[in-house]
Amino acid sequence: MSTNTPNQTRSGLEKFWDNLRALPNYFRNAAFRTGAPNTDRTRSSFVFGNVFLHLHSVRTHLWSLKWTTTMGLGIATTAAFLITLVTGVLLMFYYKPYPDVAYLSMKDIHFIVPTGRFIRNIHRWAANIMVVTVILHMARAFYTASYRKPREFNWLMGIALLAITLGMSFTGYLLPWDQLAYWAITIGANIAQSPRELTDALSITQYFDPGGLIRLLLLGSDNVGPEALIRFYLLHIMILPLMLGILMGIHFWRIRKDGGLARPVDADARLGILPTTSYPVFTQAPAKTYQLAAIVRGRTPTVGRGPEATVPSMPHLFYAELAVLMFTVFLCVALALISDAPLKELANPSVPENPAKAPWYFLGLQELVSFSAFMGGIGVPTIVMIGLGLIPFLDREENGTGEWFGGTGGLPVVKRAIAIGLAVPIFIETIAIRFGWIREWFPQSPQIIVTLINPATLLTLAYALYSIYLVKRYNSTRAGALGLFTCFLCGFLVLTIIGTYLRGPNWVFYWSPADWPKH
Amino acid sequence: MTTNSQKSRLDPEPIARRDFLGLSALFAAASTLLFALIGMLRLPKTSVLSSPAKKFPVVLPDSLAAGEAFVPPGRAVALFRDDKGVHAVSTICTHLGCVVKNNPEGFECPCHGSRFSTDGTVTKGPAPQPLPWLKVTRNGDKWVVDEGATVPKGTKAI
Repeated sequence: MSTNTPNQTRSGLEKFWDNLRALPNYFRNAAFRTGAPNTDRTRSSFVFGNVFLHLHSVRTHLWSLKWTTTMGLGIATTAAFLITLVTGVLLMFYYKPYPDVAYLSMKDIHFIVPTGRFIRNIHRWAANIMVVTVILHMARAFYTASYRKPREFNWLMGIALLAITLGMSFTGYLLPWDQLAYWAITIGANIAQSPRELTDALSITQYFDPGGLIRLLLLGSDNVGPEALIRFYLLHIMILPLMLGILMGIHFWRIRKDGGLARPVDADARLGILPTTSYPVFTQAPAKTYQLAAIVRGRTPTVGRGPEATVPSMPHLFYAELAVLMFTVFLCVALALISDAPLKELANPSVPENPAKAPWYFLGLQELVSFSAFMGGIGVPTIVMIGLGLIPFLDREENGTGEWFGGTGGLPVVKRAIAIGLAVPIFIETIAIRFGWIREWFPQSPQIIVTLINPATLLTLAYALYSIYLVKRYNSTRAGALGLFTCFLCGFLVLTIIGTYLRGPNWVFYWSPADWPKH
Repeated sequence: MTTNSQKSRLDPEPIARRDFLGLSALFAAASTLLFALIGMLRLPKTSVLSSPAKKFPVVLPDSLAAGEAFVPPGRAVALFRDDKGVHAVSTICTHLGCVVKNNPEGFECPCHGSRFSTDGTVTKGPAPQPLPWLKVTRNGDKWVVDEGATVPKGTKAI
């Protein structure tokens, strides 16, 4: 019998056979209800019919797809996170979070487990790349003035994501339970306790001891032991990733709700003639306009015309995102093949690693901490975080949004701020390294003086004063923000380089690790 | 132009009964969750610490000269003996908790370069406090050091 026989004449068994043969089709239609995304309508359905893809809007503005708009940094950060997620779950097959046993399981992963070392290398490189890209992504959002209204809240989400990313990296640092891990966490936990430096100086520690409480909660004990390891493990694999996932969801959703990526008011005109490969909106009479599905805030509602400078997100945006994902995977795998993640000797609580260095992105802070634990480790970072959070609420200007170095001041201010931002920390560090600091000059000076006057506070003060000068000089908050942000990036760079390359055993200054004394 | 215009804009608007009940319910739910959260935070705040015993006995070698430090293996304590008695100085840096190394001039910290004299006074670097002196008691031919109890500088056990 041929298949075109009317149904009513077919027996139950034949119908069963027909359904069985049509199974792949039925299954495909049930899973992907809208069919192949090859018309405007099915491309739209493809996006908003999918729970993951619908975080994107259905159509993407061509300005957002320009390489120079974002350089793919946000997607690269997400990609790096996904890579750490996959490789991290794989590492959990073998890792055991208990002192000494943890170290042995790391050795197993390194030397015995098939592909164990490779997977760990990828995990470590992806984590490092994530830190780099999240910082660059923030710099991109700042320099293109993308934090401005209505995106203030998303800028705050971004700062929270930056903090959690650093927390993820730091908690992962303890897990190998080697010398590097143990002493970096000892230092980190004591930085958390360093508000005591202030409360001790004011003699109120026995009544009010936030530092001690944070340290107790972090370590679960008064030393770095089994309790600390399981807590850091829990933070690393569960609490922080969950928080990160939730905030990432909000962050992405907000991009769409805030009207896509920030772009100049005259973005359409600047783009010029649309490329012929793009799909204009109203080519086929649409069954319904997509605007109904995505009510976004904007200065001018699109009435009586289609948003002509947009293209369907499928395929244009998604293929671009996929390309960035693939490039990030390539980068992690390539670096993992070239360079192994370090594993030092088993943790020894009576002999510190010398020098005991934190992960590279904390070495700038460690340099500041070497003058005052509280100011370098908590005071100044808190001031910086609050300052970053306030930027979108203080800069209410409108010119230059969506443009690189847009706004009053622009690139000239950034260039001058680079000079100041590099010169000031180099100058202060030169004095501190060459001539010592307050305690060497006046051995009797009380601790509160050392806490208040040290390179960390002086650097912050110098940057703040320069920024206030810029606000006055250009009569613009944006100019001040450009100066301040650039200065802090430069300060971060200088201090990180000093902490990484120029500090040796006993945190003594050396021009090169080759000059370090042999022990 | 009548009652409304005479009312100050600062006067509260009357709340409808349903709004009031709804707000009360929300407030009850929020405060319950808040208290539950505080209760939950009680769990990770350890009350009994898992760290090893803080009191331990030490036998000082007969050859220990005055001014020379004796560090019991695996402990972050330096013991000194002279004709006035025995005292113990903690070797945990008051800056960020690294173990300081003993040298003829005193102690130096490998992590951020803090220096201390033999009696624990800070001479250089970022350490905010001197190294504390620990309580030492005599038990026969042994000296019992208590890392949990500090004594004023200069206190020596006989």
